[in-house]
Amino acid sequence: MAQVKASMAGTVLTVLVSQGDQVEAGQDVIILESMKMEVPVQADQPGRVKEIKVEAGAFVNDGEVLIELEE
Amino acid sequence: MKLQKVLIANRGEIACRIIRSCKSRGLKTVAVYSEADRELPYVSLADEAVLIGPPPVAKSYLNMEAILEAASRTGADSIHPGYGFLSENAVFAQKVIDRGLIWIGPEPGVIARMGDKVTARRTMMEAGVPVVPGTDGLGSIEEAVREAGKIGFPVMLKASAGGGGIGMQVSRDALELEKTFPSTQSRAKAYFGDETLFLEKWIERSRHVEVQIAADSAGNVIHLFERECSVQRRNQKVIEESLSPSIQPETRVRLYEAAVRAAKAVRYTGVGTVEFLLGPDDEFYFLEMNTRLQVEHPVTESITGLDLVDLQLSLVEGEHLPVTQEQVQASGHAMEFRIYAEDPVTFMPSPGRLTKFHPPQGEGIRIDAGVETGNTVSPFYDPMIAKCIVSGFSRKEVLERSRQALKDFQVEGIKTNLPLLLELLEHPEFVSGHYSTQILNKSTNK
Repeated sequence: MAQVKASMAGTVLTVLVSQGDQVEAGQDVIILESMKMEVPVQADQPGRVKEIKVEAGAFVNDGEVLIELEE
Repeated sequence: MKLQKVLIANRGEIACRIIRSCKSRGLKTVAVYSEADRELPYVSLADEAVLIGPPPVAKSYLNMEAILEAASRTGADSIHPGYGFLSENAVFAQKVIDRGLIWIGPEPGVIARMGDKVTARRTMMEAGVPVVPGTDGLGSIEEAVREAGKIGFPVMLKASAGGGGIGMQVSRDALELEKTFPSTQSRAKAYFGDETLFLEKWIERSRHVEVQIAADSAGNVIHLFERECSVQRRNQKVIEESLSPSIQPETRVRLYEAAVRAAKAVRYTGVGTVEFLLGPDDEFYFLEMNTRLQVEHPVTESITGLDLVDLQLSLVEGEHLPVTQEQVQASGHAMEFRIYAEDPVTFMPSPGRLTKFHPPQGEGIRIDAGVETGNTVSPFYDPMIAKCIVSGFSRKEVLERSRQALKDFQVEGIKTNLPLLLELLEHPEFVSGHYSTQILNKSTNK
């Protein structure tokens, strides 16, 4: 099962997908804010959004799982 | 109206900087800090420190009530806002005054007038200060396209309540303008709570030059020369120097006159900065007025020998300017390098623990740092962790000293822009002194 992880520590600004959405590899799925900069996080492989683990406003650490994808 | 105890409503390097000048005047200091900043040097440097909230800025450094409460609890009689955060917030300045405290900055009315870009433009036009051809607040996309046609493309779409480079977008034709208008509008709403946009002519190969001014309550205004701030990434400054290596002597005189006129037009008091955009032909236009201390104030201190924070404190106490225009001399050259916790190529943030922070020392080197070895660079705030200010007899000497200083600057545990700064010190345009705000877009962007 694929996971989308935070590329750096920051605050979740926007979740761009919903549960059940089909996403493509390279698609922006979440926007983090770190050090006053918006940092988009992409899915690195295609899949269906199984679970969104975070919500807007939450603080996440580098490497934390943001979204679970299924084939 | 003498100050006794100053609360610094800021963090990091600028809090350290302000505490230093307060101490040398014999003033007591109060630091405020968020849960993320407990371990930073400025907290222990102050005589007292008050925890004001959790890490997010809305709950700490932008939390007006928590800061005012900290002031009353510690018996501070004044608040220095530093830069960023609440420094240009007229509502906060007024609250400070309403609580019977001294606001170390210009009057709230002046902050409000200069903070709204549309009002600021109009004020400057009336004062005879040249402004970039542009519009007032726009009502619709259609109006934007019509006005852009009159001004001539390319144009820059800006948020009326904006700042810090956020919510600015260049359009080269009507199609592009129509496309960027809605997203710029929603970004302006999200960041500044006001979706009003306006247009300005976009000047290609422009330079960003600003004039430091100081004014007392008797109406005396002097300039403290200019700072060249064209090395920018994401519309934020990276290197500043004084004097500007590229403007003509005649332009310089007109620029100073315009800055002093601008300050007089709003009856400015304290220290402030008037920012100008210069075209390749040395024509200049008013950009904005920063009604606070600037990040890059040390380059002005290096060439004038003045302490700008000390000057702020004495001016707010009602003293007159300690020097006349004729007495202020610019001597030698100075550059400031901003050390950012970020990837030097992608400019992506790089928060984390500093396993080593070892700044250089030497002749003509000043370090204004907000961190030390062992600190964690938090993702909640600005990525700037330190400033390296280098001065010398000539620009050439400063370039040589800077190369060595930045090579000796050891930071481990996070990525920094030091490699980019060293690359810039070898960049032919930068070395020649003839560079524009596009210098980083051409040389290092992917």
